[in-house]
This record gives sequence, structure tokens and C-alpha cells, in this order.
Amino acid sequence: MMARVGGWFFMVLVFGGLAWGLLSLPEEPPGLAPAAHEALPRSGVSNPVTAVLLNYRAYDTLLEVAVLVLAIVAVWSLRARPATAFAAPASPMLGALLRLLLPLVVLAGGYLLWIGAFAPGGAFQGGALLGGAIVLLLLGGMLNHRVLLRTAWLKAGLVVGLTVFIAVGLGTMLAGRSLLEYPETLAGTLILVIEAAALVSIGLTLGALFFGGRPEPDPDTPKGSSRA
Amino acid sequence: MNPDAHTLFLLAGAALFALGLRGVFSRAPLLQRIIAINVMGNGVFLVFITLAARVAGGKTDPVPHAMVLTGIVVAVCATALALTLAERLRALEEEKEKEEQR
Repeated sequence: MMARVGGWFFMVLVFGGLAWGLLSLPEEPPGLAPAAHEALPRSGVSNPVTAVLLNYRAYDTLLEVAVLVLAIVAVWSLRARPATAFAAPASPMLGALLRLLLPLVVLAGGYLLWIGAFAPGGAFQGGALLGGAIVLLLLGGMLNHRVLLRTAWLKAGLVVGLTVFIAVGLGTMLAGRSLLEYPETLAGTLILVIEAAALVSIGLTLGALFFGGRPEPDPDTPKGSSRA
Repeated sequence: MNPDAHTLFLLAGAALFALGLRGVFSRAPLLQRIIAINVMGNGVFLVFITLAARVAGGKTDPVPHAMVLTGIVVAVCATALALTLAERLRALEEEKEKEEQR
């Protein structure tokens, strides 16, 4: 009882401190908006958020894509799951729905990637949609375990985003600029190339994280027959 | 958006953070703790987005937006890793119990 009251008291105290701190912040701080908008015409894109993510602070995003790879490496080393873990569809309706829905989801993912240069959208939003598509495929029992066991392709897809990102970074350095400092005329193209590769990796990583482990051949099936 | 809405969002962010922090300390099941950490994180995101909306000059500050986007992805990865660790822990505990029963 005492601990519970103490817990609520502690919570109110934290809330009070945070609220006091937040409300005493300046009403209209200068922020970085003027600087971000001023450099926008030279960034290769017209959406300021994409400009921050893939141009001004591309180094942050490079490390973020690395975090995705790290997460999947950690999850795969902790746990292996039989590739048939999701073989049975969660619901018979799902298959029929997915046949209609999946092409649209993939199309919307590609659209989000493209529109990211001009409006809210980008590789992460598109990747989230692709990840959702993979989750639905798994739940619908539509991802054949043979597909899951082609880990060479899966691994290549998981790291392609980071690889392309690093390659572009090294390329700019070889051209005598600093890391990820794109030439103005190529900026838009390079951003789209990085985002397209990142889209694949993000979608696959989210799907693979949902699968929850390294896919391994089913222990019940005889060796050799499970590998296509 | 008007300043009143900003105040409301900032207070909601602080409330989410405080609720989540209490959850982390007071809940025993790991799954509930992981959810509590996510509630905390969402409070921080809400505060960040609100601060981005009220910079001077009327234009939204894109830098906090990009940071929140990065934060969401990192939070998803950390949550997936935490869930896998919790699952591994449970499997080890079950193994131990089985051995003790023998």
C-alpha cells in the first residue's frame, strides 16, 4: 500500500517537474527553421524534413540504418525460429483480403518513397508500409518457408540500405568532399538512390523483426528437403 | 495551431512520460515494462513535435521532425530486441524449472 502511494506520488512529482520545465521554455524560440529553409534550394529536395534526414544530417540517418542492421543481428543471434512458424494462416479471410491489398500496399510504399522529396513521406514511411506487408504475408501463411530459408537473399536485402549509404559516403569522400557532402547537381538523385536502397532494408528489417528470430529449417522435416 | 493547444500537447507529453516511468518501476512483467518504456518515448516525441510547431516565424522546424522520425525507428528496433531478450529469458527460466522438477 505504502509503495503504491509512493509510486503515484513519484509520478506526480515527475509530471510536475516536467510540466514546470516545459511551460517555462521560451514561447517562440528561434529554432533551426530559418537555416533549414534557407539552404533548401541547394539540398536537392523540397521537403525540409527529407533535407534534414538525408542531406544536412545524413550522418545521423546513416547510423540509424546501421541501428536497424544491429537490431536484426542481435535478434538473430538470440533466437532461431523454424521457418514454418507462421505456416498456418491466422484467418482464412486474410488470404483473400491480402491478394487485393498487397499490390496496393507495395504501390503506396513506392509512392511514399517518391513523394518524400516534395512532401511528407520518404524511405522510413514507405519502409514501414513494406514491413507491414511482410507482417500480413506472414500472418496469412503466404510466405513459403522455402523463401524464408533463402537467407543469402534475405541478408543481402537487410544490408543493402547501409551498403549503398556507406558507398555514397565514400564516393563523396573520394571526390574530395567530406562524408555525405553531395554535389549540388547530383544531390536529388543520390538522395533517391539512398532512400530506395534504405526502403528495401527497412521493410525487410521490420518484417524480420516481427518474425522474431533467425529462420532455420524445421527440425521435423528431413535434411535436404527443406532447402530449395 | 494556437498556444493553448501547444500547452495541452506539452502537458500531455509530460503526463505520458510520467505514467510510463511509473510503469517501468512498478510493473513486474517484462512485457508491461517494455510497453511502459514505449509510452515514455511517445511522450518525448509529442513534446518534440510540439516544440517544432511553435518556433518563431510561423514555419515548422524540420530538425525535431527528423529527429523524431529517427527516434521512432530506433524505438521500434529497441523494442524488438527487448521482446526477444524477454522471450529468451522466459525460455531459460522454463528450462531451469524443468530441471529442478527432475
